[in-house]
Amino acid sequence: MHLMSTNNAALHVERVNVSFGGLRALHDVYLEVGKNEVVGLIGPNGAGKTTLFNALCGLVTPDSGEFYLNGKKSDFPKPHELVDLGIARTLQGVGLFGDLTVLENVMIGAQKFSRSGLISAGLGLNTRDEKQLKERAMHYLENVYASKLADRRANTLSYPDTKRVAIARALVSEPKILMLDEPAGGLGPQDIEWMNLLIRNLTAQMSVLIVEHHMDVIMTVCSKLYVLNFGEVIASGSAESVRRDPAVIAAYLGTGA
Amino acid sequence: MFQILNTFLIGITSGSIYALMAISMVLVWRSTRVVNFAQAGMALLSTYFGYEVVNRFDSYWLALPVAMISGAVVAAFIELVFMRVLLKHSNSGPIASIAPIIATLGLLGLIKAFIGFFWGNQDVNIESPLSTVGFSIGTQTLSLSPMKLLILIAVSMLLLVLTFVFQKTNIGLALRASAYAPEISRLAGIKVDLVRTFGWALAGAAGGAAGMLQTANGNGALSPDSLEFSLLLAFGFIAAVIGGLDSLLGAVFGALLLGLVLAFVLTYVGGSLVFITAFVLLLVVLIVRPAGLISQKAGRRA
Repeated sequence: MHLMSTNNAALHVERVNVSFGGLRALHDVYLEVGKNEVVGLIGPNGAGKTTLFNALCGLVTPDSGEFYLNGKKSDFPKPHELVDLGIARTLQGVGLFGDLTVLENVMIGAQKFSRSGLISAGLGLNTRDEKQLKERAMHYLENVYASKLADRRANTLSYPDTKRVAIARALVSEPKILMLDEPAGGLGPQDIEWMNLLIRNLTAQMSVLIVEHHMDVIMTVCSKLYVLNFGEVIASGSAESVRRDPAVIAAYLGTGA
Repeated sequence: MFQILNTFLIGITSGSIYALMAISMVLVWRSTRVVNFAQAGMALLSTYFGYEVVNRFDSYWLALPVAMISGAVVAAFIELVFMRVLLKHSNSGPIASIAPIIATLGLLGLIKAFIGFFWGNQDVNIESPLSTVGFSIGTQTLSLSPMKLLILIAVSMLLLVLTFVFQKTNIGLALRASAYAPEISRLAGIKVDLVRTFGWALAGAAGGAAGMLQTANGNGALSPDSLEFSLLLAFGFIAAVIGGLDSLLGAVFGALLLGLVLAFVLTYVGGSLVFITAFVLLLVVLIVRPAGLISQKAGRRA
């Protein structure tokens, strides 16, 4: 087995298979996310998009498959290893901690920068550390134009605002790969426009992998698309070429290729 | 009038010790979703460590922190080498909800046997470091002794420190987040397993303090089958349930309420009704408000 993949993509998976009981959810799926590239993952409902996301971040264990990070082969990561590997993910259901404030929610994403040990932390001896985490969190809240929400409880936010905060929490860990699960879902046109702009600006620092139903978002921000249907990649390539692919059209219109 | 004041003082003092015990139940419940009946044994064991210090160095003031630290170490050890493995191996099927409870009952027995093995089954004694004779006002004697005052001050200080850790520190934030949604916390980079061990350690320290204070406040006797510690467990548990099991504030509230109710029953109704009252209160709360008197909003889902 070769240890290096043929390329130096930020993230690259091959022959990923996932099954739930007898049901085959993913079959020989492959995916490649280049450095500073925005890659879209689309497909009809139930095609396996979220399953693939979950496999990439350890919420689902694949039956088989190869996982490469920066060209280096490794095991599929466990959830708690993601942040240290430079991968951050937002969840479809946003997944904020409702009882905590917005600032606290974002600080949770910055845990890897906390240097203090358990004992000194428990005794409250690391106020400087706390302050730095707070400043870092505040910085990323400003990036998503949510700094004035800092002291609000997360369960009092409007839906578009929760999306901003969720993205700030992902960004605060300073990932190299950002995985966004339906970032535009439930947003109005103005917020979508803002989201497009944000995603494009992010590519200066990181690669982005998006699952999204809004085709205008996908077409605007993605340089490459993968189309899943019934757990298999049925097409991949530039947004333009995928849009014209007969298999894709058939999958979306349900006419049978 | 004076009797009411004295009853109140007795209620608040015993309630504040129940509060420590209730808090340790809540901390364990929040970090691992386990109702820890071994808590009484853990508190007893840390109090025996405290007794060793009193015995050798003749200092209660050194023994109190030693009991708390050893309580933390014992609890962290139990979580690390025992509960973690158990929870991993019995996390599904009909046994999943009952296995941890039975296991903590087993642990309780194990710890008691361990204490009997090392210290024997006879009573040992920890003398109260301060007078247990109440202050007097004129000809009347208050139910507030220097020892009771120490208890009130010590518990208040511990509660303040705990509140600070929970609300203002990074590890406190991680504790709150992990209890709320462990999977999301993992995705966000929190080392949930480590945080759980820390939750148990805090609980162990609170239990150690409760044991030391309760022993010095009572007759000072300590034995593996101490009725006092069984009651401490029962009352701490009842207080935690009254408060809703998930809330530290609720636990303190439940404990003070329980302490006061029992003190008034003891003074005005009769000692024989104290236990009946406590358990009737538990059943009524479980039937009428199972989520506790101070219930947090539903929302532990992702």
